[in-house]
Amino acid sequence: MNTFTAPEIDYVAIAPILIVAIAALLSVLTETFLPRSVRRPVQMILTLISLIGALIVLVINRDIRTITGGGAVAIDGPALVLMGTILILALLSAFLVAERSLDSLGDSFAPSAAALPGSVDEREFSARGYFQTEIWTLFLFAVLGMLAFVVANDLLFMFVALEVMSLPLYLMVGMARRRRLLSQEAALKYFVLGAFSSAFFIFGAGLVYGFAGSISLPEINDALASTAGETLLIVIGMAMLLVGLLFKVGAVPFHQWTPDVYQGAPTPITAFMGATVKVAAFGAMMRLLYVAFSGIQWDWEIILWAVSILSMIIGSLIALTQSDVKRMLAYSAIAQSGFILVGVVAASPSGISAVMFYLIAYGLVTVGTLAVISMVRDSTGEATHLSKWAGLGKKSPVLGAVMAVFMLSLAGIPLTSGFVIKFSVFAAGIAEGDTWLVIAAVVASIIAAFFYVRVIVVMFFSAPNENTASVAVPSIFTTITVAATVTATLVLGIIPQPMIDLLTNAGIFIR
Amino acid sequence: MTVMPAEGLFSLMWLLIALPLAGAAILLFTGRRSNAWGPYLGVLTVSASAVIGVLLLIEMMGLPTEERTITQVAYQWVFIGNFSVDLAFQLDQLSMVFILLITIVGSLIHIYSLGYMAHDPDKRKFFGYLNLFVAAMLLLVMANNYLLLYVGWEGVGVASYLLIGFWQQKRSAAAAAKKAFIINRVGDVGLSLAIMLMFVTFGSVTFSDVFGSATQASEGTLTAIGLLLLLAAAGKSAQFPLQAWLLDAMEGPTPVSALIHAATMVTAGVYLIARSNVIYNNAEIAAMAVIIVALITIFMGAIIGSAKDDIKKALAGSTMSQIGYMMLAVGLGPIGYVFAIFHLLTHGVFKAGLFLGAGSVMHGMNDNVNMRRYGALRSVMVITFITFMAGYLAIIGIPPFSGFWSKDEIIHAAFERGWFIGGAAVLAAGITGFYMTRMVAMTFFGKKRWETDAHPHESPAVMTIPLIILGLGSTFLGMALLFWGDIEAWLEPVVGYESEPTPLPTSAYIGITLAFVIVGSIIGWITYARREVPIEAPQGNWLTRAARKDLYGDAVNHALVVAPTNYAARALVWFDARIVDGFVNGSAAIVGGLSGRMRRTQSGFIRSYALSMVGGAVLVLLALVLVRI
Repeated sequence: MNTFTAPEIDYVAIAPILIVAIAALLSVLTETFLPRSVRRPVQMILTLISLIGALIVLVINRDIRTITGGGAVAIDGPALVLMGTILILALLSAFLVAERSLDSLGDSFAPSAAALPGSVDEREFSARGYFQTEIWTLFLFAVLGMLAFVVANDLLFMFVALEVMSLPLYLMVGMARRRRLLSQEAALKYFVLGAFSSAFFIFGAGLVYGFAGSISLPEINDALASTAGETLLIVIGMAMLLVGLLFKVGAVPFHQWTPDVYQGAPTPITAFMGATVKVAAFGAMMRLLYVAFSGIQWDWEIILWAVSILSMIIGSLIALTQSDVKRMLAYSAIAQSGFILVGVVAASPSGISAVMFYLIAYGLVTVGTLAVISMVRDSTGEATHLSKWAGLGKKSPVLGAVMAVFMLSLAGIPLTSGFVIKFSVFAAGIAEGDTWLVIAAVVASIIAAFFYVRVIVVMFFSAPNENTASVAVPSIFTTITVAATVTATLVLGIIPQPMIDLLTNAGIFIR
Repeated sequence: MTVMPAEGLFSLMWLLIALPLAGAAILLFTGRRSNAWGPYLGVLTVSASAVIGVLLLIEMMGLPTEERTITQVAYQWVFIGNFSVDLAFQLDQLSMVFILLITIVGSLIHIYSLGYMAHDPDKRKFFGYLNLFVAAMLLLVMANNYLLLYVGWEGVGVASYLLIGFWQQKRSAAAAAKKAFIINRVGDVGLSLAIMLMFVTFGSVTFSDVFGSATQASEGTLTAIGLLLLLAAAGKSAQFPLQAWLLDAMEGPTPVSALIHAATMVTAGVYLIARSNVIYNNAEIAAMAVIIVALITIFMGAIIGSAKDDIKKALAGSTMSQIGYMMLAVGLGPIGYVFAIFHLLTHGVFKAGLFLGAGSVMHGMNDNVNMRRYGALRSVMVITFITFMAGYLAIIGIPPFSGFWSKDEIIHAAFERGWFIGGAAVLAAGITGFYMTRMVAMTFFGKKRWETDAHPHESPAVMTIPLIILGLGSTFLGMALLFWGDIEAWLEPVVGYESEPTPLPTSAYIGITLAFVIVGSIIGWITYARREVPIEAPQGNWLTRAARKDLYGDAVNHALVVAPTNYAARALVWFDARIVDGFVNGSAAIVGGLSGRMRRTQSGFIRSYALSMVGGAVLVLLALVLVRI
């Protein structure tokens, strides 16, 4: 019997993750021991400081390339970039979570998510002016899971990270203050289907282990390289792992939770998960495919080809007939996953940097768009129906202009980041010979342009009427997020070269 | 010919353009606030340019002849591959005379406008546009390459458009502005094509490069360039077949008609051809085309001028005709270039004087332009009458008034080319005598035919002083330029000059011309001063009726261009609406229908979502397994 030897752990290299982990634990203690009145400021400060601190440490660590934790954790260029992206997007979303000026009742979250909707308890909690503070704890754990997800270098750690990321998200989705039934239904759906997809993932991991005799990604690759014969077992295992990950990014046909969750979740949480889960899941997917399964590239390329085309076309098509802005964004997210997959399929250094650029720019636009949506309100809360946006651009030109920038970026119009990222993934695709895939992507972009531009048309070319929503005045929090995201969208669109250079220098996934 | 860099006083040449341009910018951007002081600023900038122009002339006269071409490069303007153009100015004898004409006549007209536009609520805008025009026109004549010239060319076009339509609340003025702009576009296309052809042929659009290597190009290419430049010139100078806009352009304020549509802008075509003399000297067919266009226009303008009752339109017809003379002279080649410019200068002065005189008359007659309601004004507007008479004698070519010297030289040069061309020029001179006498007789002589509420009076000093100066110019400028200024020797280095022998002595041609002019004038006098002028225009013969309709220029344009364009546009609209939109809308409908169907897959039931996931996973696995087998 082997004796257990503790693995070497490079604490400096994983310091950003540790900081968030410690903050998450402190956050639990805060909920437990501090009085209700001080919890909110403490939680907020804890979250913001830990995210910023992690970001600072990450920048200091920028030159570290190592595999540590007994091979479970890989810190390489893409991992650093993706962690940084997650931290920045989480920080911008945290501002939205902190916002309390938009809703007359307070923030976006139910005072007590456990109280039945419409019950006496619920009214009681509202009347007492309670506020939800556990959301911060969940938020920090979700960020922790994401950070771990993109550095996970073996299947087991990857699965643990996946669950640490997902479980808090399921809860947060169900915490909306208004339209609580919708929110809870979405949470339940997300949870059940998420558990289902996790089952695929863990089953796939088992099959792969059965083939390779190891859960370490580099060792799986070695096992593939040294096996001359039948590889069906590992191919099936790989496909099931992919199903688990494709579910997380909302790719067709594993996408159907997306619209319900986007619509039901509190808008700050939609912004948070819409932006960061994609970064984490695509990061893990690329590591898994490039590090462990490069030997069967031909097999997973076929799957991703098909999923990519289906996601782009079906996402864009269904988005055409959506009348709810958040649902429309959900289908847009499905289509955008398809566009990102074009870069993943390319499987080249330029493809990796294109995908990372896509994730950064798309994440910023997503957070910004949902921040704008959280400001558009009528008497019943957020006014997400498109008919209530009629003439909004004339009523509030600044908000209209900002939303227009985001929509143009999503549609991929030049001078916004959306053009640059679409161009880079398409260019990477063409360079690797995926011309037909890119042609499909361009067709889907044309279809998608319609519903993005329609928002602009509705805002600026219809007259405001009595149904038109009003724009709530946000506090400094939402203002920072909107200003930062719109500036980044324009700057990345006009001078993308520094970012392209940075991502190109980040290099590839290490083994 | 050596090109000298701009040093000393010449380094200020950019100011010539910059001053009026700055004036235009200030006037147009400060808005109503500048209504009070704006007009004076406008006058000031142009006068300052005029002073600089005179100083530069004095400086240039001190230089030896071969060093009188000076360039100033502001910066490299366009740089694409091997196509490079500088924003650079060239000052030589030819541009010098234009600068003086533009700035001095421009200053006088600016001053006159102080009075004429005194009560207009938008006068700062008027002066802003006038300044813009002066800047653009100076750019046109000072550019050292065709591309920059084109900028000025378009700039004067824009200024002309804005000023013709200055009273845009009048539908007719707005329509006239559009008409002028659109017809000019046709000519502008010619210029831009010519510039492209030059670049393809010579690899450069700089004057010195193009002219330096012109002889190496084939005659066919040069002919094409020459014809395209002629098209451009015909548009800007209202020559046949692009003449139709000039008569309508009289809708603009009278100072505009004087400055832009008589003295300066409409002569840009003559400048263009004189500047490009090297090309025409090597392309006989193009030069011949210039002569033909010029002869047709001389007669068209003269006939139209003989029939119009509107004093400004009659003068506009005369402008067409006189520019025709200049075009004729440039078409004649080296025997004519110098005299074309000479006539251009004298005409610029006396025609500006005539227009301002007409404006002064209108000013006193409640803006009525109908000469049939004038008559016997010589005693109530003495200064206007005397200065107008100076212009009259100049334009019909009575010695020693300035038009005599310049027109006589052109007619003489025409006879050097042949009897037919010379004879036509003399005949047209006779018609000039007729229509100008008619104008003077109807306006200043005969009986009063005034409207009942008209109280004619002399204009204020701010208007009459420019008239006096221009009247003096009409009288003496010809002699001054010919005998004191030695215009032939001055311009010869730039445009070349040679003389050919003619069968008859010079005095014989002068005699013939004068005889025709006097006969024409006497007929005019008998018809319009001795007899009663009816207030209602009589029906007239067929030629009069045709001339009143601008010799059917509009009808021809309509039949040949407007109607076919309308039909083509309608056909394209149909094609766009039915075929293109049909395709686009059809595919949109298909996509939308698909969307509506697919949307139903989103049932909201978690069980169907899970089923779809399982289905997807099974499909993925099946595909992978099937591919392996």
